[in-house]
Amino acid sequence: MRKYSIFAIAREAMRAHKGWEAQWNSPEPRSSYDVIIIGAGGHGLGAAYYLAKEHGITNVAVIEKGWLGGGNTGRNTTIIRSNYLYEESMDIYEHSLKLWEGLSQELNYNVMYSPRGVMMLSHNVHDQQSFKRHINAHRLYGIDNEWLTPEQAKAYCPPLDISKTARYPINGATLQRRGGTARHDAVAWGYARAASDRGVHVIQNSEVTGIRRGPNGEVQGVETTRGFIGAKKIGVSAAGHSSVVMEMAGVRVPLHSTPLQALVSEPLKPIFPCVVMSNTVHAYISQSDKGELVIGAGTDQYNSYSQTGGLQIITHTLDAICELFPIFRRVKMMRQWGGITDNTPDRSPIQGVTPVPGLFVNCGWGTGGFKATPGSANLFAHLIARGEPHRLASGLTLDRFRTGRLIDEAAAAAVAH
Amino acid sequence: MLLIHCPYCEEDRSELEFRWAGEAHIARPENIAAITDEEFAEYFFLRNNEKGLTYERWRHIHGCGRFFNAARDTVSDRFLMTYKAGLPKQPIPTAEETAAIAEEKTVETWEATEGDAR
Ligand SMILES: Cc1cc2nc3c(=O)[nH]c(=O)nc-3n(C[C@H](O)[C@H](O)[C@H](O)COP(=O)(O)OP(=O)(O)OC[C@H]3O[C@@H](n4cnc5c(N)ncnc54)[C@H](O)[C@@H]3O)c2cc1C
Ligand SMILES: [Zn+2]
Repeated sequence: MRKYSIFAIAREAMRAHKGWEAQWNSPEPRSSYDVIIIGAGGHGLGAAYYLAKEHGITNVAVIEKGWLGGGNTGRNTTIIRSNYLYEESMDIYEHSLKLWEGLSQELNYNVMYSPRGVMMLSHNVHDQQSFKRHINAHRLYGIDNEWLTPEQAKAYCPPLDISKTARYPINGATLQRRGGTARHDAVAWGYARAASDRGVHVIQNSEVTGIRRGPNGEVQGVETTRGFIGAKKIGVSAAGHSSVVMEMAGVRVPLHSTPLQALVSEPLKPIFPCVVMSNTVHAYISQSDKGELVIGAGTDQYNSYSQTGGLQIITHTLDAICELFPIFRRVKMMRQWGGITDNTPDRSPIQGVTPVPGLFVNCGWGTGGFKATPGSANLFAHLIARGEPHRLASGLTLDRFRTGRLIDEAAAAAVAH
Repeated sequence: MLLIHCPYCEEDRSELEFRWAGEAHIARPENIAAITDEEFAEYFFLRNNEKGLTYERWRHIHGCGRFFNAARDTVSDRFLMTYKAGLPKQPIPTAEETAAIAEEKTVETWEATEGDAR
């Protein structure tokens, strides 16, 4: 792999950009691999990269039914933060945030991580009390988060309406300055390129249709639309389809899959400096480097694999956006889409061993797993290589639904992406 | 937005009037204190999450207020049928059967159901 640098750009500029090489290989699958990862989203590609880089396991394939990064990795609103309430959550999201900080250098790929600050609006006494509890928990755990008065919030984010007569008055806000956004596609592409460079096979347009098991129940490989491919270990990282894939190995996981939508506006000049979320009225918004306002809506109430959601869900979010930022009332929305999110009963992810020998699972990231991509991938690689979870992910087991040790972010983080 | 047929009101109404209520036909264990942790996890947390045909409960919360069951395709989101709570899992009717059912429908009044309940 030729490194990207200022010299590479200069060199290519001189020869009409004809020397750029493909970013990753698209090889024919081998008959078997040491590890197969199902799902080429950021989590799966990242896990393959860290398996090769940190654990010396390079005979790895990532198998993807569509194109890499075409799942939720390429559909999300890219909000990154680590200010969750429980230690199990703070451990993994903060591990991830630290990896984001050096990811572009690590991958030699500009993932455009932009720590522009994530602000959460407080609208009532209850919000204020629970946010302050969060801030205290974060500070005790060494994670940055601070309280802003309405005036300070307005100074940080000028389009915000903090007037007393606003429909959704604001009595303060929290700010995690290290939070922000990144370029979602670049995360998938950067991991694919770096993994491919270390010998990993990224196999696209191949759907896994079955998981073959041996006499002792252990995994032997996967049936795909391109035939059988053997594997000693299998890692499932299929987001909204995780329960469908796990069912192929006879393992039930407590997930329900629901559509989640996002939309972007026509491009505007830089007007919105940070990320703002309001859990209470359900709205979150940022501005991409292309100038589009990126707005996230909610999930539909029912299970679905349709990859589209109801219009009333979007309308609800836009109602709130127009009240919080009256300046955007006449902005036109340009595109809208949906992704299928995998939600657990406690709204915390599942990463761990399964009852099937050689089968590992990483799922349940639901509506908020983009921010976790580097951290989750890094710890998933550790799990697959060692056969047991890393300390930072040790609470995320599938077994917690039997033991009752839930990580109840459902109430703690509310909408929170 | 979905258009949902309430089997009590016998009308197609907008999804805004309804609340999704999870997988249908799950029986609560009769002596919940006696079951194992595995069985409890199974009953309480594990759901089919089918890609394709699913049986689920809905509640006409801003209408008659009642729970009912539905068979729906989770890929197209199309409702195949809805039927009253308490009925066993229904086979998916053919096109002719659907037409026949539509023929013999009567609107259920409060008096009639009260009579039933008695
Ligand atoms: C609209 C929207 C907004 C969001 N906003 C945010 C946000 O602001 N911040 C945040 O942190 N998170 C957000 N999320 C959540 C985030 O996108 C996901 O949690 C995260 O991207 C999941 O990454 P992944 O790599 O696990 O999944 P994916 O990128 O979905 O990858 C899974 C892959 O598995 C493949 N696959 C599935 N079944 C099979 C099979 N049988 N065979 C082969 N391949 C298969 C799929 O095609 C897919 O490419 C949002 C999600 C959506 C939909
Ligand atoms: Zn009704």
